[in-house]
Amino acid sequence: MFDRTAQGPIARWWWTVDRTLLAALMILMLGGLILSLAASPAVAERLELDPFHFVKRHALFLAPTLGVMLMTSMLEPRQIRRVAGVVLLIGIAFLMLTLGFGPEVKGSRRWLDLGPFALQPSEFVKPAFAVTCAWLFAEGFEKPDMPSLPVAFGLLVLIASLLVLQPDFGQTLLVVIIWCALFFAAGMPAIWIGVFGALGGAGLLSAYALLPHVRSRFDRFLNPESHDTYQVDMAMEAILRGGWFGRGPGEGTIKRVLPDSHTDFIFAVGAEEFGIIISLALVALLGFIIIRGLISGIRMKSRFERLAVTGLMVLFGMQAFINIGVNLSLLPAKGMTLPFISYGGSSMLAMGFGMGMVLGLTRKRPSADPLARRQTSSAMKERTA
Amino acid sequence: MSMTGTYTGAGVVDWLTTFFYRNAPWRLRGEQTPARIVLMMAAFLFGFCALGGRLVMLGLIAPETYARHVGAAEQISQARPEILDRNGIVLARDISTPSMYGEPNNILDIDETVERLTAAVPELNAADLRSRLSSDRRFVWLKREMTPAQQAEIHRLGIPGIGFVEENRRFYPSGRTAAHVLGLVNIDNQGIAGMERYIDTQGLAALHQAGFARDARTLEPIRLSIDLRVQHALRDELIQAMDHFKAKAAAAVILDANSGEVMAMVSLPDFDPNHLETASGEETINRMTAGVYELGSAFKAFTVAMALDSGEVKLTDSFDARQPLRIASFTIDDYHATRRILTVPEIFVHSSNIGTAKMALKVGIDGHQEFLKRLGFFKAMHTELPETAEPLLPARWGELSSMTISFGHGMSVQPLQAAAAGAALINGGRLIEPTFLPRSADDAEKEARQVIKPQTSDEMRDLMRLNVEDGTAGKADVPGILVGGKTGTAEKVVNGRYSNSKLLTTFLAGFPMDKPRYAMLLMLDEPEPAEETHGYRTSGWNAVPTAGKIIARVAPMLGVTPGPGLALVRSEPDSAAF
Repeated sequence: MFDRTAQGPIARWWWTVDRTLLAALMILMLGGLILSLAASPAVAERLELDPFHFVKRHALFLAPTLGVMLMTSMLEPRQIRRVAGVVLLIGIAFLMLTLGFGPEVKGSRRWLDLGPFALQPSEFVKPAFAVTCAWLFAEGFEKPDMPSLPVAFGLLVLIASLLVLQPDFGQTLLVVIIWCALFFAAGMPAIWIGVFGALGGAGLLSAYALLPHVRSRFDRFLNPESHDTYQVDMAMEAILRGGWFGRGPGEGTIKRVLPDSHTDFIFAVGAEEFGIIISLALVALLGFIIIRGLISGIRMKSRFERLAVTGLMVLFGMQAFINIGVNLSLLPAKGMTLPFISYGGSSMLAMGFGMGMVLGLTRKRPSADPLARRQTSSAMKERTA
Repeated sequence: MSMTGTYTGAGVVDWLTTFFYRNAPWRLRGEQTPARIVLMMAAFLFGFCALGGRLVMLGLIAPETYARHVGAAEQISQARPEILDRNGIVLARDISTPSMYGEPNNILDIDETVERLTAAVPELNAADLRSRLSSDRRFVWLKREMTPAQQAEIHRLGIPGIGFVEENRRFYPSGRTAAHVLGLVNIDNQGIAGMERYIDTQGLAALHQAGFARDARTLEPIRLSIDLRVQHALRDELIQAMDHFKAKAAAAVILDANSGEVMAMVSLPDFDPNHLETASGEETINRMTAGVYELGSAFKAFTVAMALDSGEVKLTDSFDARQPLRIASFTIDDYHATRRILTVPEIFVHSSNIGTAKMALKVGIDGHQEFLKRLGFFKAMHTELPETAEPLLPARWGELSSMTISFGHGMSVQPLQAAAAGAALINGGRLIEPTFLPRSADDAEKEARQVIKPQTSDEMRDLMRLNVEDGTAGKADVPGILVGGKTGTAEKVVNGRYSNSKLLTTFLAGFPMDKPRYAMLLMLDEPEPAEETHGYRTSGWNAVPTAGKIIARVAPMLGVTPGPGLALVRSEPDSAAF
């Protein structure tokens, strides 16, 4: 494709980027398009739209998503940090606007109407938040006199409160998980693990006690007989009907009755048509992306890069895990998109932005060459001795 | 000691440094980052393996649970087994009929399609067809259950977007004859009433869902205890009686007294299960099981059996029936008032209210309740038929309740329930739950419950026979067959008061009384006087002669033949007269 000695920016990008991860992500996007073909015409028909309305829009969003991902992956770590900071600031501003001006959809204000399409700022806030927090935690080492930890905590409280006000419990949960994961990876002392474990438990309990819809979903999960578990039952039925080999593309029937079959329940709807074996392959692909991303994260030289990659991969991984867990009735029902698979412009673009940052951060750089790594490891040995 | 002393200062500094800097609670352990990311990787690996494991688990259970998860739409008109009477005559079977559907998105020209379809099959409604075909759905029914000729006609037209599905339709060759026993199916061939519903609850629905029951020929036929010949004769006589006495309704059941099998059961007015659309609510009520009634004096048979069985009263005892009984503001008097002291058989034969009420009082309220409970009158009786009703009991059971219930007022039960209890009175005292499926006397014996002593049963048979020979039930006599029974004429409750113009007449009977084989309960709702009844409307003038005609007609079918000895016994007084 490119000569190894070529020095243009694209050639340099090509030879330094993690091509395996890039390929895995592109396979995932392709899979999303195929699953969209399976799941969304039924929803479109129900909404009396053109059957391929959502497929077309899915494909339409895929192009800019790929563009954003590739462009972001060309940035240098320092640029990535700045872009993330800017996106985070804009995102927070938009979140506030959403509360004031966003239309109420299904009981919550999550969207900003931008003419041709509605923007969900919370989606963009998540990866930007992960990177910014990674930077703040890393700063905690570099400049111990800066109050970076309190700032990171304040950021979390601010964003979480804005999300709770929408209300969007799923996104709140993700933001908290990212923050905790980063704090943990940054070297959270053991006693804090206990403190945060207790706080997290208390947070979940208070969400259960104070937010009626959270409570009802949880109750339904624990005690399916006593409540209406229509969506989850339908998802289960779809998977069981599919069996190992599926009923064949277009042969699914549950997608006609399941309300969110093109977003939250696309996994189950896909399983009905393509079977459990293909679903297993999808789970394996997602797992591969996460593990590969985290391994790259460990290999990073600087604390910021290491933490940023970890935070972004945790975001990706948790979203995939929770979505599939709900589809398989392993977790209480929670609206969460499956990265690159579920329909949703904001979610897809933001995921492209996030994964673009991972690809950018994990690019091979002169500073990460074997010699440099050996030097740092010997320096560390000296310090710990 | 001195050695350590010299190091104390440095140790404190070291300790303070360690505490406030290296081990400080707020100090991040940067060197642990790789290990902790590995830990998170392990957590993700575990989580995704759990997802994969769950998928594999679902894959393994999918084949079995699939049947449970089939939607209702796929059960359209599945096959049902044939239903046969006890002799193998078909009572219900499936016939295959084509149903026409349309696929609106494959229709080229709606106007032309509608025009050609209505030209071929004029009974189709053009406006309805047009609206169905104009919908944006993929599948619409156009006409369910057409004839093969109509199907051929439409096939010949070759209209795109129109197709046929073979559906199973239920057909009842005997029409109305056994309508209430057989029950009903809906358009999707699912049982919704009677034995049809019972079949569905016995695993047929599961068979359907598993996709095994598409062809009726592969299903084992269901045989009933009903004898179609007896059923027909019973219904025929009841129709004549209902017509003759201008009754609102009529119903009857014939039970095998030793096996509990229902040989025939009719409830009129009835309906034609082949033309369900014409059936009214009044017609679909099965009065024998889904209704409860005050059965009137027929209930005295139970009161007398109770009194004799308790040992408190002997056949030879007498009760004073000279004065009406007064309790609170009520007066209990006799219909056929004799105004004298009556023996137990006389009380039974003259149907004395005063006498039976006194017998009930002698047994006491507790004993009375316990006995009726033993006969199963305190709760709804459940047979295979889903249509069932709870008995109506007095809210407070005082002496007055016991007295009125002793002659069949103040307590309502299912007629079939009373027939089963009546069978127990004559079969040696065994209460056997009725069934609509074949059952041998031996099998019934295992489930039977002894409710009265065999000796009491013998005495009841004598009393019931005596009532036909000398009492209110004389018109039920059939030469050569020892019919026995107890009549009942209940005043119906109208607007909360007993009405003496609206009656329900009943007859609880058994035959032959020397060796009981069949029990029978018959009732007529609001019969009017007829020419030969001299203005009477009581049971002895309508229900009893009807029962006599029925018994004379069905006894040969049931293998009850007039015994030569018996005929001689009956003819003796006549020959003496000559």
